[in-house]
Amino acid sequence: MSTEGYLSLTDADREAMLEAIGVGSIEELFEQIPEGVRFGRELDVPDALPEAALVAHFEELAARNADTSRELSFLGMGIYDHYVPSIVDTFLSRGELLTAYTPYQPEMSQGVLQAIFEYQTAICELTGMDVSNASGYDGTTVAADACFIAKAHTGRRRVVLAETLNPMVRQVVKTYAPGFGMEVVEVAHDGGTTEPARFAEAAQDAAIAIFQQPNAFGCLEPAPELATAATEGGALPVAHVDLASLGLLEAPGNYGCAMAIGEGQSIGNYQSYGGPHYGFLAARIEFIRRMPGRIVGETTDIEGKRGFVLTLQTREQHIRREKATSNITTNQTLLALGGLITLCWLGPEGLRELGETCTALAGYAKERVGLPVAFDRPSFKEVAFRTPIPAREVVSRAREHGVHPGYPLGRDYPGLDDVLLVALTEKKTPTDVDRLAEVLAEVAR
Amino acid sequence: MDLVYEKSKPGRRAGRIPSHGLPVPELPAELRRERPPRLPEVPENEIVRHFTALADRNFGIDTGFYPLGSCTMKHNPRVNERVVGLPGFRDLHPLQEDEGAQGALELMWELEHILAEVAGLPAVTLQPAAGSQGELTGLMLMRAAFADRGEPQRNVIITADTAHGTNPASVTMAGFELAKVATTDRGNLDLDDVRAKVDDRTAGLMLTNPSTLGLFDEGIEEVAEIFHSRGALLYYDGANLNAVVGRSRPGDMGFDIVHFNLHKTFSQPHGGGGPGGGPVAVRAELEPFLPVPAVVRDGDAFRLDHDRPKSIGRVRGFAGPFGVFVRSYAFMRAYGKALRDMSDVAVLNANYLLARLRDVYELPYDRLCMHEFVLSARTLKREHGVTALDVAKRLMDHGIHPPTIYFPLVVPEALMIEPTETEAKERLDEFVDAMRSIAKEAASDPTTLKEAPLTRPVRRLDEVKAAKEPVVRYAFDETDTAARIETR
Repeated sequence: MSTEGYLSLTDADREAMLEAIGVGSIEELFEQIPEGVRFGRELDVPDALPEAALVAHFEELAARNADTSRELSFLGMGIYDHYVPSIVDTFLSRGELLTAYTPYQPEMSQGVLQAIFEYQTAICELTGMDVSNASGYDGTTVAADACFIAKAHTGRRRVVLAETLNPMVRQVVKTYAPGFGMEVVEVAHDGGTTEPARFAEAAQDAAIAIFQQPNAFGCLEPAPELATAATEGGALPVAHVDLASLGLLEAPGNYGCAMAIGEGQSIGNYQSYGGPHYGFLAARIEFIRRMPGRIVGETTDIEGKRGFVLTLQTREQHIRREKATSNITTNQTLLALGGLITLCWLGPEGLRELGETCTALAGYAKERVGLPVAFDRPSFKEVAFRTPIPAREVVSRAREHGVHPGYPLGRDYPGLDDVLLVALTEKKTPTDVDRLAEVLAEVAR
Repeated sequence: MDLVYEKSKPGRRAGRIPSHGLPVPELPAELRRERPPRLPEVPENEIVRHFTALADRNFGIDTGFYPLGSCTMKHNPRVNERVVGLPGFRDLHPLQEDEGAQGALELMWELEHILAEVAGLPAVTLQPAAGSQGELTGLMLMRAAFADRGEPQRNVIITADTAHGTNPASVTMAGFELAKVATTDRGNLDLDDVRAKVDDRTAGLMLTNPSTLGLFDEGIEEVAEIFHSRGALLYYDGANLNAVVGRSRPGDMGFDIVHFNLHKTFSQPHGGGGPGGGPVAVRAELEPFLPVPAVVRDGDAFRLDHDRPKSIGRVRGFAGPFGVFVRSYAFMRAYGKALRDMSDVAVLNANYLLARLRDVYELPYDRLCMHEFVLSARTLKREHGVTALDVAKRLMDHGIHPPTIYFPLVVPEALMIEPTETEAKERLDEFVDAMRSIAKEAASDPTTLKEAPLTRPVRRLDEVKAAKEPVVRYAFDETDTAARIETR
């Protein structure tokens, strides 16, 4: 028997089991596979490593990455270096939560079910919505989900996206839209934010109109006006928001949005080179039966005790099959749990302070960095600076000084090759900003 | 137990945020939040006790045997958690320049190569977030390939009547029409039905092999021939790949597109419902259509390539759920070539359980199984009024997570059992004893059985009430009516 991997049978066990089955060998069990499609050789894969060597191999790979503990980084653009509280690690590694699956059997899974119910409550409270699902894959796919809901609800086919919506979100919507029978139009920005009149015009006869607050340039959009503009055109207004901003910024539900969506990473998840994280999707009550994915509801057991179950499952693929509201099955429960624990740790005061510190640092960076701002708009935690040489060049020169100064917007926005997007989280200090200013003074000229 | 919101008291808190003594710029009044969100106000030790209590009320693989069919609930090695927590992976920003992410890119490149070898197909994208997104990606690839070939009329996807619900749901989301083919009494696709339904409007087949019945399709070569001869493609739903690693490869079976479930076959922990990972492997002809970015090797250096003009585009943010890749690659490196033993033992364990239970529960398809099998509680229901649901609930009192029940739909009172390769024989024997004792109890004391579970934190829950009068968030006070949704 193999000594590699994680198997638990002894040779004697194997013999006894083959005998109980009534076959002479493992090979016999595979005889149901037609001979023509049996694999006749060993897999050509790297040799097995015992645990200590495995760890060493991964340490060597990890050492070749410039993570944010090794480089002073101001990268953001959707993923942020916010602090993840210790208790997130504590509970995301609890085996009862980590190694369980979707709570199909509620009596075995009250812990996960109650946690999801608490998460749904927190997301509704932050966004001002009535119903939240248990999570979507990430901040991009929830935008596609919102389009699918809007098509079914309005019977219309057009999707309107503000150009200041994160480029990856727009790309994913464009990938999904043809399958939904939808077409996408984009609304150009005007000095860093979206002009409500243009948004209203595009939203005429559209199913959905999505904008981002704060937007992909770090600017604060006139969000209430955009929601009104979309509504006037007959489209469902949807805000793509950052949970970390919702201690300071108004909840989308309070300025007329039909849905609020976003990437949850900034609350409770590590950067992890892009995932896994959680996307959130919350909506007004009239959309509840069109929501994709899992939703947990409260109920009682036969003795009248409160308990929680997966509910409204007739929306879902395992019941409704081709008529389901989505194909999603596995979602991002564990990452959403990280979000819930972080929100409990912060509380309302902490979330507000988190936003204030980010905003204060952004303000400090505007003063301290000796480059002009690209857009004269209020900021939350990201600031776009105009650079005298291409921003990509600034990035590569600054990295030689151990500073990653931010994201060159020209990667996604033709014409903005000289714009550098700098992200500030509460983990940064004024000294860090001073250092950034110093390096930029040296390399961006 | 109380909700965390019920433990809240104004003025308490856990975390503290540095202010750095900086002035806070005033935000425009019309954008400022008017009323603070009612997040819980609890000190850290109360949070710790709360989530400890929640963990105590949950059952994972770490707690006990979890033979949930089709979900491959295998042991989740802890070294994977250690390596995924290395700062070089955990704190790496996804927009880091490629030269600052060489270790991550190399890991992804290596992972792609192992997946390609397991699939028997050369090109891989790691981007999809889960199996169902892998399915959708696969269907988008078909659409793109047929558009490129000038055959846009191919708009029908065929699935088996035993298919996972995700297959037909993905078909709808991708904008295809659905057709279904029947299964024979040996559990194979009905070849006559297949021949009758494949024509020049057929885009392809979506199939799980072994099927959700745990049976390898003995006619797979003919099936592939029928589809390919009519110009259609074959999609392999990798949900059951744990049965065949190193024993049979989807590419060799004739499939053109395959998705993997990294959270099933390659031990990414299921996390109470995610995260997952759903990479897709394809034949060389389909590679140009894969999502961007692709991981590319130039000599000793690795980079993300966004320049793929025929690509379907992006299906998710960044290059995929990277933490899932780290864990799955660690799992593969712990096995090496012994990945085949993994599948061998998964199949051995399933057949052992089948052999020891077939005299007490009905076996609808009398064959050796692969990594899972489906029993029926139909006889118990007819003779004693005891259903698959009752059996499932009573297993909880034996400290065992129930199997998947009432699926696949073609078997009445189905109990779908997947032990996986990591269980010790003692655990399998305990399961056999529990299942046999429940079958006896069905005759001797069906009332107790119908009241089960008796030992869990809650008794049977009223799911009908939950759906009829949905309460989907906490009501903070009596005026908070929106939490209790009126149904019309």
